[in-house]
Amino acid sequence: MEETLKIIVLVKHVPDAQLDRHLNGADYTTDRAESILSELDEYALEAALQLTEAQGGKGAGHQVIALSMGPAGAANAIKKSLQIGATEGVHLKDDALAGSDAAATSLALAATVRYLSAGSPVDLILTGMASTDGETSLVPAQLAERLGLPQVTFASELEISAGRITARRDSDTHYDTIEAPLPAVVSVTDQINEPRFPNFKGIIAAKRKTIITLSLADIGVNPAEVGLSGSWTAVQNAEPRPPRTAGTIITDEGDAGIQLVDFLAAQKLL
Amino acid sequence: MANVLVFIDNQSPTLKKSSLELLTIARTLGEPVAAFNGEFNDDVAAALSSYGVTAVYRPGSADLDDYLVAPKAAYLAEAVAATGAGTVLIENSSDGKEIAARLGIKLGAGVVTDVVGVEADGGAHKSVLAGSYKTVCRATTPVSILTVKANSVTPEPAPTATTPESVTIEVPAAATANAARITGRSNKATSGRPDLLDARIVVAGGRGVDGDFGPVEELADALGAAVGASRAATDAGWISHDAQVGQTGKTVSPELYISAGISGAVQQKAGMQTAKVIVAINNDAESPVFEIADFGIVGDLFEVLPQATAEIKKRKG
Ligand SMILES: Cc1cc2nc3c(=O)[nH]c(=O)nc-3n(C[C@H](O)[C@H](O)[C@H](O)COP(=O)(O)OP(=O)(O)OC[C@H]3O[C@@H](n4cnc5c(N)ncnc54)[C@H](O)[C@@H]3O)c2cc1C
Repeated sequence: MEETLKIIVLVKHVPDAQLDRHLNGADYTTDRAESILSELDEYALEAALQLTEAQGGKGAGHQVIALSMGPAGAANAIKKSLQIGATEGVHLKDDALAGSDAAATSLALAATVRYLSAGSPVDLILTGMASTDGETSLVPAQLAERLGLPQVTFASELEISAGRITARRDSDTHYDTIEAPLPAVVSVTDQINEPRFPNFKGIIAAKRKTIITLSLADIGVNPAEVGLSGSWTAVQNAEPRPPRTAGTIITDEGDAGIQLVDFLAAQKLL
Repeated sequence: MANVLVFIDNQSPTLKKSSLELLTIARTLGEPVAAFNGEFNDDVAAALSSYGVTAVYRPGSADLDDYLVAPKAAYLAEAVAATGAGTVLIENSSDGKEIAARLGIKLGAGVVTDVVGVEADGGAHKSVLAGSYKTVCRATTPVSILTVKANSVTPEPAPTATTPESVTIEVPAAATANAARITGRSNKATSGRPDLLDARIVVAGGRGVDGDFGPVEELADALGAAVGASRAATDAGWISHDAQVGQTGKTVSPELYISAGISGAVQQKAGMQTAKVIVAINNDAESPVFEIADFGIVGDLFEVLPQATAEIKKRKG
């Protein structure tokens, strides 16, 4: 076959959506005490593994690099990715990154991608469809813009051939086929595949894989460009949403449909 | 007054309600100017003038829709430069957010997404973490970019109509050179119902509909509502994935969300918790959906929905 693929998968360590989540401190950053690998990133990792397996797999020398930015706990997301099948892990960790918004995060990630491209160019950067917390879909789009790359979002099918990526994307009114030259940033939906679970062999193999830890100095980023000082947005004020005022709950005794319409009429919603 | 640039990406013969909402907000912040893309006709021109737009910018190239967002962001960057706008308002669709994201990098401007209200001084209200916190956010840069959710304000025409000047903005040729291009398209059958993101009312069904969306659709049609669904319902193939509301589906904030046969998992709540009024119908009194319902009915949706539909039809005559 042709050349080997070098794919970076952005994996994120997020608060477990099943637990109560909190905003902390004067700058209202998310509390990540109880965090997990973002479920949506598992689809991106699976897509990366399938793309490389379709072209000969690990033996063929393809690289699937799980990259995460964040405090010590982010290493858990990388470890899990290595167990699932990523070939390498990279952890961008620096105290100065705390409080980074999407603009600052994308700056740090862009510098990391450039750093990782030094030996051989990166072909593809894969992400999940949106992080399950916080600033949604901005980071991948901003990363693509900073690197001057095309971005294909919400791919529900993906193919690579002859230096191009072809994706299928669904919208409400149509299905599109999207093409872009590589390298590209691609986000995949939760419809693209069924992510595999780490198996015993994977867990053992992951122990032999290394996680490279990088600091801002390693990737040549000035700490003032990231974190709260490098962010272009600020949270001024945050308060827990008042619990919705307790509603009226009735049990249907044969006329609940009528009562529903009365309620809608009273709320001027008809 | 400072210019406020509203991006209107129009894909239909008339302006969407959400575009009118953006223009309404723009007037509270300064002088509204529109960066327009898509279908332009007399109705559109009349709407822009009745909403007080003082200038309409249009792209010099007609092929922006052949690509994913990047060239639109390049066009908007030129429009911001031409208008000197300090605030840019964009709709909060997934495309809208990506355009905002790229534009932010081009301009060195902060982006706030999922905005539900804007104060005169630019403070943007949004809720985060699946609606569990309400925050006020602000761009700290000279230009701020806000993506605003539909149904955030009631659209209101300006007190006096304007005669907007028309300006063409050349899109840099480089904008399309390295962009992802749409090379094929096949249309899906359309339902004729309102767009889920825009709709004033959403009626959603979950696993409880047990394969039959009929009662949900009939109530939706009686109310002029869009149809939504939980992931359990879309995964089962009972309804198209486009109808999915939630973390991996659409985020809606309609005036009324009627949830039928949905348990109210966090990932579902993430997409609908900011609805103004929530009605839940579920036959399990312990279901968590009742914790967020303004009006809850413990009952069988196959009894309650048809009865409500018949009653609405009767009252509407
Ligand atoms: C990464 C990830 C992303 C996800 N994203 C989403 C998302 O975007 N949107 C989403 O919705 N979910 C999402 N989920 C799934 C979510 O966790 C729940 O599994 C899902 O919302 C459950 O759907 P449901 O409420 O329809 O089904 P169930 O939880 O099975 O609830 C069905 C309800 O119907 C009631 N019922 C049954 N029969 C009747 C009847 N005849 N009349 C009245 N009530 C009846 C039952 O009492 C029950 O409460 C996601 C999960 C993950 C892991």
